[in-house]
Amino acid sequence: MADIKVPSPDELSQIKHSPPLLKGWMSTPTVIKPGTYCYGAQPKNLEAVGFPNARPWNPLDADWKLPDNWKTIIIEGIRERISRFRSFHIFMDICVRCGACADKCHFFIGSGDPKNMPVLRAELLRSVYRREFTTAGKIFRKMVGARDLTEEVVKEWWSYFFQCTECRRCSVFCPYGIDTAEVTIIARELLNLLGLNIDWIAGPVANCFRKGNHLGIEPHAFKDMMDFFLDEIEGITGIRPEPTFNRKGAEILFITPSGDVFADPGTFTCMGYLMLFHQLGLDYTWSTYASEGGNFGFFTSHEMMKRLNSKMYAEAKRLGVKWILGGECGHMWRVVNQYMETMNGPVDFLEEPVSPITGTRFENASVTKMVHLVEFTADLIRNGKLKLDPSRNDHLTVTFHDSCNTARGMGFFEEPRYVLQSVCNNFFEMPEGTIREQTFCCGSGSGLNAGENMELRMRGGFPRANAVKYVQEKHGVNMLANICAIDRAALSTLMEYWAPEVGVTGLHELVANALIIDGEIERTTNLRGEPLGGETEEETEE
Amino acid sequence: MNFISGIILSFITVLVLVFIPFFGMQVANLQFVFGVIIPYAAIVLFLVGVVGRLLLWSFSAVPFRIPTTAGQQKSLPWIKPNKIENPSSAAGVFGRMLLEILLFRSLFRNSTMEFREGPRVTYEWEKWLWLSAILFHYSFAVVLIRHLRFFTQPVPAFVTMLESLDAFMQTGIGPLPGLMLPGMYLSGIILLAAAGYLFLRRVYIPTVRYISLPTDYFPLFLILAIATTGILMRYLLKVDVVGVKELALGLATFHPVVPQGIGVLFYMHLFSVCCLFAYFPFSKLVHLGGVFLSPTRIMANNNRFVRHVNPWNYPVKVHTYDEYEEEFREKMVEAGIPVEKE
Amino acid sequence: MMYDENKIIPMIIIFVALVTFPLWYNLGKAAPKPDPKIDTPVIQALQNKQCIEPKAAMKTTHMKILDEWRNDVVRGDYSRQMTTADGRVFEKSLQNGCMKCHSNKTKFCDQCHNYMEVKPFCWDCHIAPKETN
Repeated sequence: MADIKVPSPDELSQIKHSPPLLKGWMSTPTVIKPGTYCYGAQPKNLEAVGFPNARPWNPLDADWKLPDNWKTIIIEGIRERISRFRSFHIFMDICVRCGACADKCHFFIGSGDPKNMPVLRAELLRSVYRREFTTAGKIFRKMVGARDLTEEVVKEWWSYFFQCTECRRCSVFCPYGIDTAEVTIIARELLNLLGLNIDWIAGPVANCFRKGNHLGIEPHAFKDMMDFFLDEIEGITGIRPEPTFNRKGAEILFITPSGDVFADPGTFTCMGYLMLFHQLGLDYTWSTYASEGGNFGFFTSHEMMKRLNSKMYAEAKRLGVKWILGGECGHMWRVVNQYMETMNGPVDFLEEPVSPITGTRFENASVTKMVHLVEFTADLIRNGKLKLDPSRNDHLTVTFHDSCNTARGMGFFEEPRYVLQSVCNNFFEMPEGTIREQTFCCGSGSGLNAGENMELRMRGGFPRANAVKYVQEKHGVNMLANICAIDRAALSTLMEYWAPEVGVTGLHELVANALIIDGEIERTTNLRGEPLGGETEEETEE
Repeated sequence: MNFISGIILSFITVLVLVFIPFFGMQVANLQFVFGVIIPYAAIVLFLVGVVGRLLLWSFSAVPFRIPTTAGQQKSLPWIKPNKIENPSSAAGVFGRMLLEILLFRSLFRNSTMEFREGPRVTYEWEKWLWLSAILFHYSFAVVLIRHLRFFTQPVPAFVTMLESLDAFMQTGIGPLPGLMLPGMYLSGIILLAAAGYLFLRRVYIPTVRYISLPTDYFPLFLILAIATTGILMRYLLKVDVVGVKELALGLATFHPVVPQGIGVLFYMHLFSVCCLFAYFPFSKLVHLGGVFLSPTRIMANNNRFVRHVNPWNYPVKVHTYDEYEEEFREKMVEAGIPVEKE
Repeated sequence: MMYDENKIIPMIIIFVALVTFPLWYNLGKAAPKPDPKIDTPVIQALQNKQCIEPKAAMKTTHMKILDEWRNDVVRGDYSRQMTTADGRVFEKSLQNGCMKCHSNKTKFCDQCHNYMEVKPFCWDCHIAPKETN
């Protein structure tokens, strides 16, 4: 991995956004270039979940060892999906190529590769749909934008549908709401039928299926890692929370992405959860079986998404909890909001969530029975149930990154901002057109946060980073808050590359820093072991 | 296929189509074919084609509720939801679709990205696409409705009212005597201009040029041809409109007649319109129907409090807790994590 | 299998109803053709019943001729007379030219104008001839 050199920001920002004048895209072959693709799925990871056509293969090889009947598989696969997804069917038929989406994609802005324009990304598949499923396409071929399905086309699909992070920004601008994410999801399903996943997705899926989380953390290790956080928390606050695991009879099951348990700065967010729940005296439990909020199955196929997601309700039922509380995560919440209850419901064994602290009924979660932690915390703050000292975050000037999935797959804008502004004093928005429903992706979503495609990630994250850099220069922003585990991992690398000196934090890390816990010792550092915001000044004054 | 060959191909196709009736009339008297048979065939193809397309779409399931949310969700009572951009009820969806269909809400958001040295990227509101699209569609609608005066007797009041609004600019006086008579319709001119702009932007905006197919140029050229022949007929070359109305009314009342001496220009116009109608259901123009069915727009974001059912939901193979515990029981017990079977 | 038929079928019905508006509005009745009359006493007395141009041309371009006349008379070269191709001389005037022969506005002008639902602005300024039925 390390041997793939990432070009410098200067080199990378030599981007041309004018496609070739005379050479059409259909006659432009796809080149799979190191740094911009993810390694192919290893057979063991596909076999682990019973996926077909598992085999070792290398995307750089000419021969991808496709099964003999690959063409039939794809065509029948498209046929089946046309009847299953009206979204896909309509999106194949009605695009007028107005180009409104063209410059809305972060991958196009960051790479200038015309096949990264959402409209063209969809045309890669649409051209085959026309050829196989429309009369005009069968007769007039290229004249109506139809082309034959060849191995080259499959390679092109693999390349470009794993250069889309399913962020839905294009869909906001499309006059018909055509959602490239939907097209990408279907295309990836088709590729999976041929065993053509990327390992960065297939691996986590296999892990999650068997071990309960993407990272493959086994139950005892999960508890160990949590113990480490408890030590840290105890060192800083003098308080040792006592979380429980797989405890039957708890009121609430808490599920968050395993990334929060695994790597900085997500770990600080995880400590934040533990501290908040301790202060509330919440009757809750973690689960090692359902120890993953995220769902890389969503980046594989609808079926795989359902298979992984099923654990949430299954575990809630087994443990006999009343409702589920979900941590900070992007695509997890797209799945919870738009898919979960339809896939794995109805959930008559849970109750409509009620905050045990404030008594607030979460009527907006009356069917899924799952509440977003940020909603939960916003409600606590609103009802004055938390003692907060935002000045502890005074060394930070914070901006907020709306995660694609919670923004455009949920509409989660005010809750995080309310919490953020309650726990820190210096908050500045990034420019309009780069936040809320028009927010830019971190460039690494939908399973593309691997190491080997770092150039691609830095390109895709460029628009986001550029907006951060703007507020960094204008307002001195030095912290990028977010509510997504992939963001916490991906944005850190991205900031280092494009906007050095800007840190990345989960929202509940800031909450925990500001939170005054009953009986805590006087804090001198934040969760990262850095001196507290107001503290340094006071010390010099004294 | 690049943009030049795409343009040439569609231009020639339209040119040939427009002149087919010209030669049809020269070589043989095919008035009945072009005046009656083809129009009936075209309208039948249009109706059957569009209805068929809607039915085809209706056979596809809507397994999940996947609106693209573009505003604050409905959550805690003290947070103001955006009922239109992130609808949580049928009324909200209705409002969203009203804005979408009547005002092209999403297109109105359009921005243009500018990439500069630095690197610095900025986004500016871009209104020309929205403006030309909305002018194009509305003027087309007005033109269509105006044409009802040929197909109805007596002409309904809404048609005459629209006509007088459309022709509020009284011309015929001034520098071009006799040119813009009878009264000039704005809609025709706007249609021509907007379609012209929509074509030009396909050529001069590099990204749009790159994605344009011959099937993008073709309908634009066809519509330009329709508008041009229409305008020529009305203002310059003149045809016998009374004859035209006799023919049109004949079609509408199923008493087809072919008055003599209408003028070949009319048949060129009519044939182009027939081509557009016949082409419509089999092309991207079906966005007319599709926009009403787009799952990312016509669904409420209420999945967390209103159940949505996937008609083809099927049981999947899952990894059960028992299987999980079976594998990790020892480690769990050792770590003090409760298990089902000791 | 059809999904959302409770929405899509009404959609189809509305669509078909809109497109077929002219069919059901006219209810299959053939409307009477306009029948402009040129049987005024003045015309009947004429030996040469030819207007200033052939009938077909008059049918399609009379409004242009009138407009040009108006321009000539009011703000052009102020010429008041025109000569036809076959050498006859007429006054460039609606009331003193055209209406001399075509004194039957309702049976001549209005026939087609009403049929076509056009409202020429001639009579905004000019006084329509008195007709005796």
